Amino acid sequence: MTAAVLPLASACPACDAVPAALAAAAGAAEGARGGIVLSLPTIHCASCIGDVERALAAVPGVRDARVNLTLRRVRVEAGPEVTAAALAERLERLGYPAQEMDAGALAATETDAAGRELLMRLGVAGFAMMNVMLLSVAVWSGAEAATRDLFHWISAAIALPTVAFAGQPFFRSAWASLRAGRLGMDVPIALALVLACLISVYETSLSGHHAYFDAAVMLCFFLLAGRYLDHRTRAIARGAAQALAALEVPRALRIRADGSAETVAVAALAPGDLVRVPPGARLPADGVVAHGESELDRSLLTGETLPVAVRPGDGATAGEVNLTGALELAVTAAGRDSSLARMAELVAVAEGARTRYTSLADRAARAYSPLVHLLAATAFLVWLERTGGDLRVALNIAAATLIITCPCALGLAVPAVVTAASGRLFRRGLLVKSGTALERLAEVDTVVFDKTGTLTLGAPEPVGLDSRPSAALALAGALGEGSAHPLARALAAAARARGLALPAVEALREVPGAGVEGRFGGRRVRLGRADWIGADALDATATYLDAGDGRPPHAFAFADRLRPGAAEAVAGLAAQGKRVILLSGDTPAAVAVFAARLGIAEARGGVRPEAKAEAVAALAAGGRRVLMVGDGLNDTAALASAHVSLAPASALDAARVASDIVLLGQSLAPVADAARLAVTARARIRENFALSALYNVVAVPIALVGLATPLAAALAMSLSSVTVTLNALRLGTGARR
Amino acid sequence: MSVLAWLIPISLMLGLVGLGAFVWALRNRQYEDPEGDSRRILSTDWDDRPKP
Repeated sequence: MTAAVLPLASACPACDAVPAALAAAAGAAEGARGGIVLSLPTIHCASCIGDVERALAAVPGVRDARVNLTLRRVRVEAGPEVTAAALAERLERLGYPAQEMDAGALAATETDAAGRELLMRLGVAGFAMMNVMLLSVAVWSGAEAATRDLFHWISAAIALPTVAFAGQPFFRSAWASLRAGRLGMDVPIALALVLACLISVYETSLSGHHAYFDAAVMLCFFLLAGRYLDHRTRAIARGAAQALAALEVPRALRIRADGSAETVAVAALAPGDLVRVPPGARLPADGVVAHGESELDRSLLTGETLPVAVRPGDGATAGEVNLTGALELAVTAAGRDSSLARMAELVAVAEGARTRYTSLADRAARAYSPLVHLLAATAFLVWLERTGGDLRVALNIAAATLIITCPCALGLAVPAVVTAASGRLFRRGLLVKSGTALERLAEVDTVVFDKTGTLTLGAPEPVGLDSRPSAALALAGALGEGSAHPLARALAAAARARGLALPAVEALREVPGAGVEGRFGGRRVRLGRADWIGADALDATATYLDAGDGRPPHAFAFADRLRPGAAEAVAGLAAQGKRVILLSGDTPAAVAVFAARLGIAEARGGVRPEAKAEAVAALAAGGRRVLMVGDGLNDTAALASAHVSLAPASALDAARVASDIVLLGQSLAPVADAARLAVTARARIRENFALSALYNVVAVPIALVGLATPLAAALAMSLSSVTVTLNALRLGTGARR
Repeated sequence: MSVLAWLIPISLMLGLVGLGAFVWALRNRQYEDPEGDSRRILSTDWDDRPKP
């Protein structure tokens, strides 16, 4: 909480209140500064901003609240007495659902120092390019003698500092790759920049005709534009991915020796601690149930749809969700030793095994760099020989060759396409996290799906309700309201969706591990397990209602609800000629029924997490390129070992981290589109390479025979860059629906 | 051609002013929340005096 005492230095008084302005000065202190960050997914207008800021400012102890509409979150500066939960509740009452975000996890994206540094260099290069170009046009249109020299000197005065400042990323990366003994794309760039500047200063000092200051600055500008696009695509994806991660604040309720509870970070838990897990919360560590009875949702870990009942003495693992009753858990393994962390290690091993993919850009650069150096060196030697040792002519021609073959277009070819494609996918609800994910997606010929949570929503849906008396359904719904169990919730939602008035049930009470009980019309009514109700269990997922009227209990059967768009996605992928496979940890019978419903020919049930990864690896060994779509911990290793991987936003953090693409919306339908778009994007990248090669094929001979002028270099450079960018943009607009 | 002695410094100066404005805006985090800022201008809060 040091923000309040920092000296204020910004120019406008209103900005001084903005905590963000301080962050520039505070720099690395951002994470330590504290402050509360809330995510506001529904905020969208000017009056929302006012409402939220006013409501938060009215809370005692809040010093400042600032909404960021672009990121849909609010940052609150407040005293230690203000809790995030209280603020979130206040906003919720106003009609803005709010969720706390982990400020520490966000710190890195908020201060995107690298991005701003690149933008700064780009701005400086742009300014210099315009001014030098202004002077160059005068020279090209016939400025003579003293005027030309003057213009060249002014250009030099602008261009030299610019290249020294704006070209730093290239010089640094070229130096790094030279020290590692490689010839990266940046080596010819750095060489061209240095050579162009040196030769131009030398020529100008001899009042020569040709100076390449404009070319050097332009080279910087176009290449920085490519770099910036590349960086921004990555930063946006990383930021959104971190925002997802930050929604899960790792906290636990530890019970002190005197019985009171304190909130601690999950990392601070140690074996032997006693933690309280309220219904609806995720277990923070592995442990043994010490008190309480409840049911645990293990679907993210094992793929089982049905919750498992637990009682004191039962073991439980981190990541499971507690459903019905409060539990007290004696921690047996926390942090690094918990099964969650062990699963993460499995992922690290699988990622190490993933074959190193060389991107199209890397492959192009690998072919290109040696060729350019060879050409320039040959030109230099041949001209040195032909002119009888005229160093000036030979150097001029070598520099012209280097500048003309500049990889401007090459540097833009991939980032421009990836930016356009990721932008389009983002609008459709897909977040591309990795720069090469699209290229890899284009190669996919096999798609492996997980079932629970991926093709289904992991939420059961009651079936055959029409044949039930509506009074029974209304009663079941009323009882279901009183529970956090997914079956009970689904019944309550279904009853309300049918417009039934839910009767008032008294003395509603949850019996952990069994069901809900209450009094209705003077009779005891129960909704829950078959053995508790005294009903004959069906051969399906079901819950049972005892209406207390002496008649046999009603049974409500459930089916797993399909994720919207799942059928389209499967059909679309199959139509593209891809092999679709379903691997699930659920029982083989349930998986077979489900696969038949979606028309998936290959399905395997009861697959253990390691077996999933092995199956994916076996497919890869058989020469297939696998797209893995999954959400749970049991999929994580498979996600990491697949050629490309995709996870829904509802997936566990580890699964999202391991995957290349995150599905932000609920519908799976964009997956098939993404596969199609990836193929188009790869085609555009190849076209772009062809285009820039074409320019070189035309321009290089001209440079080699010594006919290249600065004007020709400037033309070739800007024309090729613009064509490549336009070709990439075709992707963003061409097929928009 | 003596007009060049004026024109060139003036054009460079104007360009520098633009560059300075860009650098200031970048340092001041003016690009932090473009969407929100475009809406904030419509609100009447703090129209009469700056936010304390």
